[in-house]
Amino acid sequence: MELFEQTIHQLRELLDRGEISAVELTENILARMDAVEGRITAHITETRDEALAQAARADKIIAAGDASALTGIPLAIKDVLCTRGVRTTCGSKILEPFVPPYDATVISRIKAEGAVLLGKVSMDEFAMGYSNETCPYCVPRNPWNTAHICGGSSGGSAAAVAAGEAVASLGSDTGGSVRQPASHCGVVGLKPTYGRVSRFGLLAFASSLDQVGPLTRDVRDSALMLNVIAGYDPRDSTSIRQVVPDYTLALRDGLQGLKLGIPSEYFASGLAPEVEEAVNNGIKLLTEAGAEAVEVSLPHTEYGVAAYYIIAPAEASSNLARYDGVKYGYRDMDAESLAEMYMNSRSQGFGPEVKRRILIGTYALSSGYYDAYYKKASQVRTLIMDDYRQAFEKCDLLVSPVTPAPAWELGARMDDPLSMYLSDVLTICTNLAGLPGISVPCGFSSAGLPIGFQIQAPHFQEERLFRAAYNLEQRAGIVERRPEIA
Amino acid sequence: MEFETVIGLEVHAQLKTRTKIFCGCPTTFGAAPNTNVCPVCLGMPGVLPVLNRQVVEYALKMACATNCEVNQFNEFARKNYFYPDLPKGYQVSQFDLPIAEHGWVDIEVDGEARRIGLTRIHMEEDAGKLIHSEREPESYVDLNRAAVPLIEIVSEPDIRTPAQAAAYLKKLHAILRYLDICDGNMQEGSFRCDANISLRPKGREELGTRTELKNMNSFRNVQRALEYEERRQRDILLEGGKVVQQTLLWDPDRNVTNPMRGKEEAHDYRYFPDPDLVPVIIDDEWLERARKSLPELPDERKARFINELGLPEYDAGVMTSARELADYFEAALRDYPQAKKLSNWIMTEMMREFKGEEAAAIASCPVTPVNLASLLGMIEAGKISGKIAKTVMAEMMESGREAEVIVKEKNLIQMSDEGDLTAAVAEIIAASPKQVEQFRAGKGKVMGFFVGQLMKKTRGRANPQLANKLFQQALNED
Repeated sequence: MELFEQTIHQLRELLDRGEISAVELTENILARMDAVEGRITAHITETRDEALAQAARADKIIAAGDASALTGIPLAIKDVLCTRGVRTTCGSKILEPFVPPYDATVISRIKAEGAVLLGKVSMDEFAMGYSNETCPYCVPRNPWNTAHICGGSSGGSAAAVAAGEAVASLGSDTGGSVRQPASHCGVVGLKPTYGRVSRFGLLAFASSLDQVGPLTRDVRDSALMLNVIAGYDPRDSTSIRQVVPDYTLALRDGLQGLKLGIPSEYFASGLAPEVEEAVNNGIKLLTEAGAEAVEVSLPHTEYGVAAYYIIAPAEASSNLARYDGVKYGYRDMDAESLAEMYMNSRSQGFGPEVKRRILIGTYALSSGYYDAYYKKASQVRTLIMDDYRQAFEKCDLLVSPVTPAPAWELGARMDDPLSMYLSDVLTICTNLAGLPGISVPCGFSSAGLPIGFQIQAPHFQEERLFRAAYNLEQRAGIVERRPEIA
Repeated sequence: MEFETVIGLEVHAQLKTRTKIFCGCPTTFGAAPNTNVCPVCLGMPGVLPVLNRQVVEYALKMACATNCEVNQFNEFARKNYFYPDLPKGYQVSQFDLPIAEHGWVDIEVDGEARRIGLTRIHMEEDAGKLIHSEREPESYVDLNRAAVPLIEIVSEPDIRTPAQAAAYLKKLHAILRYLDICDGNMQEGSFRCDANISLRPKGREELGTRTELKNMNSFRNVQRALEYEERRQRDILLEGGKVVQQTLLWDPDRNVTNPMRGKEEAHDYRYFPDPDLVPVIIDDEWLERARKSLPELPDERKARFINELGLPEYDAGVMTSARELADYFEAALRDYPQAKKLSNWIMTEMMREFKGEEAAAIASCPVTPVNLASLLGMIEAGKISGKIAKTVMAEMMESGREAEVIVKEKNLIQMSDEGDLTAAVAEIIAASPKQVEQFRAGKGKVMGFFVGQLMKKTRGRANPQLANKLFQQALNED
């Protein structure tokens, strides 16, 4: 296997044994980027020189015997996370040119480990999208078939990891934005419990739903990444003071005694037969290995999309008000009055999907409509949380597909936002309830596109997620499959 | 037709915390523009607020001191609007769950007591400041003040006269200063007031159309602006016209209110709970601790001045109207333990200089309480006359120098020795035959003339009682 195809833990051994240096590894991946980036177009900003300097420093740490999990490991960062001294666009022209004078907390944490940062990868503008097609800088392609979408909004992250342009990546998940592109690109995507990982320095889309999560080549890497990024941050009031366990320890356990809930609502009509088949096969593999499957119901799931598309845009309409042309980012220099400067800067700086959501959110919060929309959606959210609470009385985990269908062709749904919104149905409720969820590859479609398997757990039960996901990965037998980029 | 005036006030008080409400930046006034700032208060992308608990402590103190019901479940809400001094495009404030509601304070105007209801007190962050350049269209933004903590105190429309409004404001100001949670500086904007005022025919329940007054940065200006607006609205109504609901700015130079420039827009602030902040729960223990930690408040201090110092109610009210004044009074009292004489002196000789701004005036008063006490002590000991003391006081207010130094330097010690005065008395009598005649004819009033002459000769230093006695003796002897 090529270096650029290996996992964090495999490379860790090679680095620690001195078989390769971090600089060699970084050069190997930069060469891979040279070879495939033209076809994948995952990067908004590459930081090659800094990456090589970081790798050289990592080699010193390794030589001194002080290496930890991520020392010398080249990572791609979704451009939603602030990186000190490196342009951060959030996939939007409105931030052009913005260079943060601070690191997001998760970036500080991986830097403290001696990780190598290759650059900032593409995403849907402000993480609003399903296909990564709303990014004005570059639209990443699915490495398994470059005519297809890679998913979104963490599309650049998923594509880069799948294509060997990074060993792993950090993305963000507001309604499925880590799990769904992971599913489409055949990698592991984790959305941690809300409050598990600091949001400081994560450009806000919807504050009550956003959570940073890793995209990796396998489940062990996901656990290793969470070990580093999880934990209380005094700069984020919504991060939670709770001990961070060593998540890799959960991988030792078998499935005996584990109850898997199969929510009927997640297998409703509209699911592609190939997806249903692959997921059912995954459930079969888990039950054969000792887990027990039980039927459960999450009756309010069908209202999840509606509630989400009120709450998320409402928060976004306020979160994005700071991009006004006054302090940083884009400003229309020809405007003749303050009102014109605001209007022109925002009209020219934001793309159509972002504007659509700002308008929806503004409307939903308007006086006279607040009760009918925002308040009602918040009530639905409570009902959804209650569904989960009841379901988790009957089971330990919930298993389901991640997406109703494999990745579609680029451009196929750009004129139909509603159909895109509806395809979030299987991932959205996790965020509304603040739960952890993971997408792990479980099969391929006849066209050779990956299919993901979703597992959801109660709050702060990431160990349970990893345990089931790892067992599935071991039995599905596809963890070493890599795309041939055409 | 007789009208009744209805006034409600909204007060913004800047809390005296060392750091801002959601970040660690200092709150000091007067720093160079944009130096007390960080990514959080600049509203940069991806940053998050972390609540300064001191803000809650202070707001809670005010809630307890103004007899409010405290909401133990507190939520911050975003008030959304665009303005260049508002870096996030929303102000973090409180909306349907403010920290306190349904309170009251008692005021007194011309001996008449009145209870003013408080609708609510809520916590929020301040905005920055715009600086408009001479060279239009340039404007600059200074965000030092952005996210400095405020409490907004909203009164019920219980105020009926501009004088009551000023008294209410002074009372709030005094309570804030007694609690030591706001420096109360109106010039620097750490205590600001907007007023709503309307008129209605006496006896009618329904409120008239109101106007909102802004830009009144002293107690006096608040009262004058309201008096002006009261007259303006009355004139309009008497002529059969209609008051237009609008925001007016007080022009303190021309003593008029003017409509605020720019079009009035109906704002929809789209309040919703701030998802970046978690609710603040004030448990029973915290609330109890806050209640117990309250210092002596103006009303209690006033009662103590009456009961323990024997001050008349009026004097006690005046002396406790501002914490600075009451502290000053008590400090002077330590060296000059004559409460009534002291309050008299402060009220007659000092307060007319203060023009209603006691707290600020005392804070910058050059006469220390010790110096004042020593001046009054000199009167008491007969070293100087009351009249001389007044001129000494004027000099002290001017220069801040000590009373004894001034008296000594200007040789103002009272002449209380008979031997020093008898010669002068004889001279005056010799030079004033006409007046002597009048005196002997029974015109006692002429005594004033003789004493006046002696005062002239001694530059006011003659002990007046002694002068009287010497003239009586001299005139009756002959």
